[in-house]
Amino acid sequence: MLSEQFQELNVADFFYKNKDLVGFDSPHKATYMIVRELVENSLDACDGHRILPDVRVTLSRVEGEGGQERYHIKIVDNGIGVPLEAVPYAFGKVLFGSKYSMRQNRGTFGLGGKMSMLYGQITANSRVTITTSQGGNKIYTFELSTDIRTNTPIIYRRDEADNKSHFRGVKIEFDFEGDYGKARDKIIEYFYETAMILPYAQLTFIDPNGTLLFYPRITEKMPNPPVETQPHPHGVDLELLKRMMAANPHTSLQVFLSKNFQRVGERTAKAFLKSNGFDPHMEVSQLSTRQLTKLVTALREYPDFLPPDPSCLSPIGEELLREGIKRLLSPEHVVVTTRPARAYEGNPFIVEVGIAYGGAIMPPDKPGKVQLYRFANKIPLLYDEYSDVSMAVIQSINWNQYKVKLDEAPIAFITHICSTKVPYKTAGKEYVAARPEVEKEIDLAIKQAARELRVQLSRMEKAEYRERRTEVLRKYLSMMASFSTFLAEKTKEPDIDSLLREGGVKKRRKGAVQLVDDPPEDEFKEKGKA
Amino acid sequence: MERNTDRSEFARKALKDLGISIYNQMEEGRFPEVMIPSRQTNNIYYDPKLEQYVLGDKRVVRSADNVKHVKPLAQLLWVARIGKELIDYDRVSTLRDLFYMSKNIDINFATQQESDEAVYDLEALLSMPRESFNIFPHDRGAIFGDLTVRYRVKGFKDSLINLTDNPDGVNIGPALDNAELVKTTADKVIAIEKGAIFIQMIREKVHEKFNAILIDTTGQASRSARLLIRRLNEELGLPVYILTDCDVWGAHISMVIISGSVNSAHITGLNTPSAKWLGFWPTDINRYKVPTMKMKELDWKRLAELKADPRYKEKFWKEQLDAFERLGLKAELEAFSSKNKSVSQTFLVETYIPEKLKELGAI
Repeated sequence: MLSEQFQELNVADFFYKNKDLVGFDSPHKATYMIVRELVENSLDACDGHRILPDVRVTLSRVEGEGGQERYHIKIVDNGIGVPLEAVPYAFGKVLFGSKYSMRQNRGTFGLGGKMSMLYGQITANSRVTITTSQGGNKIYTFELSTDIRTNTPIIYRRDEADNKSHFRGVKIEFDFEGDYGKARDKIIEYFYETAMILPYAQLTFIDPNGTLLFYPRITEKMPNPPVETQPHPHGVDLELLKRMMAANPHTSLQVFLSKNFQRVGERTAKAFLKSNGFDPHMEVSQLSTRQLTKLVTALREYPDFLPPDPSCLSPIGEELLREGIKRLLSPEHVVVTTRPARAYEGNPFIVEVGIAYGGAIMPPDKPGKVQLYRFANKIPLLYDEYSDVSMAVIQSINWNQYKVKLDEAPIAFITHICSTKVPYKTAGKEYVAARPEVEKEIDLAIKQAARELRVQLSRMEKAEYRERRTEVLRKYLSMMASFSTFLAEKTKEPDIDSLLREGGVKKRRKGAVQLVDDPPEDEFKEKGKA
Repeated sequence: MERNTDRSEFARKALKDLGISIYNQMEEGRFPEVMIPSRQTNNIYYDPKLEQYVLGDKRVVRSADNVKHVKPLAQLLWVARIGKELIDYDRVSTLRDLFYMSKNIDINFATQQESDEAVYDLEALLSMPRESFNIFPHDRGAIFGDLTVRYRVKGFKDSLINLTDNPDGVNIGPALDNAELVKTTADKVIAIEKGAIFIQMIREKVHEKFNAILIDTTGQASRSARLLIRRLNEELGLPVYILTDCDVWGAHISMVIISGSVNSAHITGLNTPSAKWLGFWPTDINRYKVPTMKMKELDWKRLAELKADPRYKEKFWKEQLDAFERLGLKAELEAFSSKNKSVSQTFLVETYIPEKLKELGAI
C-alpha cells in the first residue's frame, strides 16, 4: 500500500503548500471558507440522514499579541455524529477518499472541513477539540491535530463522559488567523442564501461582534436523502478504475463490471466487452496498462449503457424551493421548475430553477445587472456570478417574449444544480462551467419557469385591468346617474351599484336613444368605432 | 323650424328626453348608451337637394359598457346638463368657457378640443346647433336696418326694439339669435364681409336707398350670423345678397352662407340656399377696371380646393372660379374707392351695388 501512503502524505502537504488554490488565499477568504466548509459538513451529517438540521456557529475574537487577528470558531450540529473509533481519522487525517460509490454531497469526502482545521493548525498553532456522540449513553471529547509530514492524527486528549443531555451530533472548536471584518458580508450572505435553499434547516450564527443571525426552520418537510449508488461507466477515470480493481483483483472482467457499476448487468458487461475486443473471463489483475487505458476509453464512450441512475441525487423539490424563495425574497410571484434527471459524462444531474418577481424584490440598480442566486448541491455559490453558466443562459434569453424587461423588472433568479459531480470551473467551487448538457437543462428550466411567470403576470394584468375598468365605470356611471337625473327632472338617482355588480342586463339596442331617421339595427356599420 | 318658435323650448325638451332615456336605461339595469350620427369624413355627403353638406346614415354607438366610451358619454351628458342649466337660468356660455367650467368637476377634458368634441356630439345627437342650448361663439357680426324684434331673454322680455336705433348696428348675439322677428319694412338683406364697408354703407343710408337690412359678417359668417340670415330669409321671406372682396375667400364666405360648412354638416338650419353672391365677382374685374392684385400662392391653393368641392360644379360658380384661374387676379371692395367722385358719394353704393342688384333681378 506504498502508493496510497504516498498519496496521503501528498494531500496534507499539498494543502499546506497550496492553500491559495483551494480558496484559503487570504485571511478574510479563509475566514469565509472555514465557516462555509464546517457548516456544509454539518449539513451533510444531518439532511443526508433524514435529520432536520440545526447548526449553530459562534465566531469570537481571541486576545493575541498583535499581528493578524485570531478567531475561535465553535460549530455544533445535530447530525448523526461520528463513531468513537473513526474520530481521529475523520478529523486528524486528510483523506483522499476511499469510497468507490457516488452520492450527492455538499463537499467531497469532507475534505474542505479538514482543510479548515489544518488552516487553524498552520496559522494559529491550534489544536482541534471535537465533541461527539451518536446519541448513545456516552459522549466523547478529543483534542487532536494532524502530523502534516506523515498525515496522521496526533491525539492529545481523549475523554469519555455520560451523555446526560442526550446530545447527538458533533461539536468542533479551534482557533485560526482570519479577518472577519472583510469576510462579514460574504458570511452573512452565505447564511442568508443557505436559509433560502434549506427552509427545513435551523441556522444560528453569532459573529465576533455578538450579532445574532438566526434563521428558524419554516418547514419540517425534507427532500429524500440521496441514495448511494455505484459509479456509472461513462464517468470512470483511470485512477478510479485502478482503485476499484485493486479491491477486487481476482474477479473476471465481466463480473467486475456488473458488480461494481450501475446500469451494467452481466449481459450488458458481456456485450460491451465483446464489442470492444476484451475477453469477459479475463481476470482484472491481468490487464496490461495499455489494456487498462483502452478499457477506460471504451467505458466512457460505449453508447449502449443506460443513463445514470438519479436516485443518488437529492433535489430540493419545487415545494421547498418555493417556500425558501418566498421566505427570504418576499416576492409577489414565485415560479419554480425541477427538471428531470440528465447526465453528463456519466454524472447524473438535476437542474432546479426558481424565478421570483415583484413584491420586495427591487429592480436592478443598473442595466445589465441580474439578481441571481446560484446553488450547487444545496450550497450557495457567492463568487464570480458573471462567469457562471446560469448567468450566461439568463442573458442569452430574449425576455421580451416573457413580458419581462430584464433591465427594469423586479426579478430574481434562483438556480440549483445537483449532481454527483458539479462541473465547477475552479477548485474553489465558485462557479459552474458551461457544459453543453448542463447549459441546455438550465436554459429549458428557466424558459419553462418564465412561461409560467408570463401566465401569472398576464393574469395579474387582466385582474388589474378589471379593477381599473370597474373604477372608471363607477366614476363615470355615477356622474351619468347624477346628470341624467337632473336632465330628466327626477329626484332619485338610478342605482348604479347593481349595474356594476351584475355587469348589466344583456344589451338590447332598442333601449338606446332613438334618433330621427334611426336606421335599422343591421345597418350599424360603425358600431363601436368612435 | 317653425316661424317664430322659441328654440330654447325645443332644446329643453330634447335634453329632457335624452336624460330620461339614459335614466331609464340605468334604472332597468342596463349600461346606458346613445347612438350618435358619425361625424367622420366618410359619413359627410353633399346633399344637392338641401344644397348643403349633411351626415350620412352611419351611427356611432357610445356605450357605458365600453370602458373607452364611458368617459366621452359622461362628458356628453355633462355638456347636456350644462346646456339645460344655461337654458333654465337664461345664461349663455362659449366653447372656451365650457372648457373652463369643466375644471370644476372631475370630468377630465384634456384639451378644449375634447370639450368641443363633446359639444359637437351633442349637436349631432340632438340634431340642433349648440346655440339652441345657449353655447355661443364670441359675438361677431352686426345688423342694421328697419327690423323690429322682441327679445326672449329674461329682463328684456316683451320689449320691442328697432334695429335702426344704434348707428353702429346691433351685435348679433345670443339674445338676438332667439328673439322674435316682429316686423320689417325692408325687402332684402345685404350681408357684407367687412365691418368698415358696413359702417360706411349705414352712413350712406344704403338701408334706405335699397330698402335693405344690412349685416356685417366680419369675414366668415359666424353661426349666429348665418342663423339670423336664415331666419330673415325663412321667417320674413327676405332675399339675401352677399357682398365680399373679389377673391376666392370672398367667394367661399358667400358659399358658406348659402350652403353651410363641412364642419356643421351635423346640423341643418344654418344655411340659406336662396342667398346670392352679389359681388365682387372676378368677372366684374374687367368690366369696372379697378386696381387689382396678383393672386398669391395661398389663393391658388385655396382655388384648387374649391374647384374640388361639388358645390362649385354649378355653372355660375364654375364660371367664377374659372375667371380667377384665367385672370390670376383679385381685388378688394375698397378698390371701388378709386372711382369715387367724393367721400360722400361712393362708386360702390352709387353705381356698383345698384347695377349688381339689377343684374340679379333684385330691383
